[in-house]
Amino acid sequence: MSDRQDVTFTVNGDERMIRVEPRRSLADALREDCGLTGTHLGCEHGVCGACTVLVDDQPVRSCLMFAVQAEGAQVRTVEGLATGDQLHPLQQAFWDHHGLQCGFCTPGFLMLAVGILERDPDIAEPELREALSSNLCRCTGYQNILKSVLAAAAEMRK
Amino acid sequence: MSLIGRSVKRLEDRPLLTGNGRFAADVSLPDMLYMRVVRSPVAFGRLTDLRISEALAHPGTVAVWTAEDVADIPPIGFRMTSVPGLEPYRQLVFANGYVRYVGEPIAAVFAGDPYTAEDIADLVAPEIEPLAPCLDPTAPPSEFAPGRTTEAAVITKAYGDLDAAFARAYAVVALELIVGRHSGVPLETRGAIAVPEAASGILRLYGAAKVPHYNRQALAAMLGLPLDRIHLHEGHVGGGFGIRGELYPEDVLTCAAALRLGRPVKWIEDRYEHLVAANQSRGSVHRVRAAVDEHGFILGLDDEFWFDQGGYLRTHGVTVIDLTCAMLPGPHIIPAYRSVGHVRLTNKTPCGTYRAPGRFEASFVRERLVDVIADRLGLDPIVVRRRNFITKTAMPFRREFAVLGTDVVYDTGDYAGLLDKFLNRVGWEMLQADVVRRRQAGEMVGLGLGFFVEKSGLGPFDDARITLGSDGTIEVITGAASIGQGVETVLAQICADGLGTGLDRIRVIHGQTDRIARGMGAFASRVTVMTGAAVTIAAAKLRGELLTVAGRLLQTAPDRLAVAGDRIVVCDAPGGPSLDLAAIARGVGGELTADATFTTDRMTYPYGVHLAQVRIQRDSCAIAVERFFVGYDVGRAVNPMLVEGQIVGGAAQGIGAALLEEFVYDASGQPRSVTLADYLMPTIAEIPTIEVTLFEDAPTPLNPLGVKGAGEAGISAAGAAIAAAVDDALGRVGAVRQLPITPNRLHALLVELPAPER
Repeated sequence: MSDRQDVTFTVNGDERMIRVEPRRSLADALREDCGLTGTHLGCEHGVCGACTVLVDDQPVRSCLMFAVQAEGAQVRTVEGLATGDQLHPLQQAFWDHHGLQCGFCTPGFLMLAVGILERDPDIAEPELREALSSNLCRCTGYQNILKSVLAAAAEMRK
Repeated sequence: MSLIGRSVKRLEDRPLLTGNGRFAADVSLPDMLYMRVVRSPVAFGRLTDLRISEALAHPGTVAVWTAEDVADIPPIGFRMTSVPGLEPYRQLVFANGYVRYVGEPIAAVFAGDPYTAEDIADLVAPEIEPLAPCLDPTAPPSEFAPGRTTEAAVITKAYGDLDAAFARAYAVVALELIVGRHSGVPLETRGAIAVPEAASGILRLYGAAKVPHYNRQALAAMLGLPLDRIHLHEGHVGGGFGIRGELYPEDVLTCAAALRLGRPVKWIEDRYEHLVAANQSRGSVHRVRAAVDEHGFILGLDDEFWFDQGGYLRTHGVTVIDLTCAMLPGPHIIPAYRSVGHVRLTNKTPCGTYRAPGRFEASFVRERLVDVIADRLGLDPIVVRRRNFITKTAMPFRREFAVLGTDVVYDTGDYAGLLDKFLNRVGWEMLQADVVRRRQAGEMVGLGLGFFVEKSGLGPFDDARITLGSDGTIEVITGAASIGQGVETVLAQICADGLGTGLDRIRVIHGQTDRIARGMGAFASRVTVMTGAAVTIAAAKLRGELLTVAGRLLQTAPDRLAVAGDRIVVCDAPGGPSLDLAAIARGVGGELTADATFTTDRMTYPYGVHLAQVRIQRDSCAIAVERFFVGYDVGRAVNPMLVEGQIVGGAAQGIGAALLEEFVYDASGQPRSVTLADYLMPTIAEIPTIEVTLFEDAPTPLNPLGVKGAGEAGISAAGAAIAAAVDDALGRVGAVRQLPITPNRLHALLVELPAPER
């Protein structure tokens, strides 16, 4: 399995060229080849959503996508959310509303929520609950995650 | 203004929000090897051959290890609750002759890349002669090994005259109840990175969690290392829940491999491995009976249960069984009592603790029983609970047995008072009226309540060292561990409160064995109680020393001085001379330190109540939890936001345990819950808003802050409350006998009911 391929894609605005085995997952490529370990792997079979990143603005399970499939794509990860010391409104809201405990699922939830709110800034609570049910959290019982996303949505509409 | 009792935002959040966390898998070093474990595909059998020639021939192979390579490493011992006779049931790092569960390590391969390591592991070929597995913990004991049966121990706790209680009973109520096998399943799988430091000769293990100091000692002993040649380091930990951080075969293997291969060795568990290899818990069958008088007062309680331990006894020894025996009486007086727990080896993944071990199970059994007693006697179940409650004036209340090596003495509590306040708070009568109205309209809805007594703050000790540095920073060094619960924030609040400073200059250290000689870690809802108490004492000491030094420098009596933020000021001279903290440290040559130890031989016993409202959808056999309330007396909440966070998260796990989560094995012992699509954890769609009410009516005299633990309160009686609510929706008290209440199990109950009127 050593026939490596070149992949060129954009991560958080920076162009990257990496050389990977065709079987390498996008998540592993981000973590190991790009050094962006903020994207976490919780199951590697597409259920937990901890590895959620945005690929061309769509929330995607990066464990279920091969790195070679990201050729030419715009990928966004949790590392690209804040601007310097200035947190993204979602990051700030998760902090303000105790939307995380162990923090392992947090990057996936943040990227999922960014994707949801960019697509539908006025999303109603029932639809938001439905959309957030794509990811698993084992610590918070979700209610502070919901609270955080609602608060960020309100902030982002200002 | 005191920082205790304030919901300050967490100090630990920024790196976690920005992708700068350092979880186990994030640790990488140059020249690192990756370990892949080869596991038994068979539940029980004789390992007749293990062919590794093909694996050795792979060009990427650095090493392949089997049992022969680690024959000098002893089995993994007991961290807690050992009783005589358990030693033969301990687990070796690799199966020795026999495999006893699917997932048991039998070999390991090492390569420079994790994908290659998996390729090589596939080439290891075990020959296993299958044997008939033992899967039912209630079956008669069979042979575990020559001269050893599958009953490793029987734990009994008893007091009072049980025969007399049953002889004079007005009624006897008996039930068989089953709690399913489930576990913590943190979002981060386990991981271990062992690094041999050539320059210092020290082996460092990253990925440690929960009990780094204990594991350091255990690893040193197992590997024959002097204690000063090994250190454990906790990074960020993606959830604990009892199962993460215990010493497992893979931790020992990575350390041994790093020492012998002379390179860093990394092992990251995948999810399939986690679901067959990490500790499972809970699975037990109870046969319980109660002798009651005509008012529903329980004269005697007799429980016999069988705990489905799995293939080996792991680090917890018989902790779960011990706690189940001890916590079954809960809030009730129970004049005569006997609980007999059989520890049964089965050919499934071994068990350890999961959040509220023994209490989730015992609360389910006890609260089921009380509801059935009330139904049998035609009484209100809440009235029956009140009649059996230990009264406030009977505190402290001693049970005539010990648990986890401590006497069971309930320190403080007002059970009836909490229940009254809680029912008033949730609008109990309105809730009931609403359910009745909806039922009349044809809906299957119900309410169920579970009361519970928790335990927290297990000793025997914790240390803290607080150091004021020459730059004015304050470092709080502890032997605690952080599994995501907010340790840094809570301990900083306690430290700042004791010193009189703000939070911003405080840094809390935990989980680093090279920073403090000993430490107990994070389990049993103990950190805020035990480490918090040590920090309280150390902060008071340091404050005294600060004022003494400042008094000398300011030529003022220390009792006229106060700490205000980052300065020492003269109380009665606003605008007068003052000193900043850094100047004081410099004044004594660079830093000022205070050490403290808190010890206790008692646990503190918080308590509370869960109330669930459920709706059954008859067509799909789905159960929706519409509302879930928790009332809990935590003694004193250091940070109410974090306490509520613990409770809400626990309640969500409790809902999962009651309705969804189960490790299922087929008739040959093959696990069927091996992905997160089979082992169902709740998503936000299954979890309603958890409505929490905290009470601080019964602070404990056992520690300086009066605090009790909060980590397990959310889950304790969740199974009990949901079972009762499902009963209520079905209109049949005591219908639910088994958790989780899966659609199949609900269907079996529904077909017994008369068809709905159309």
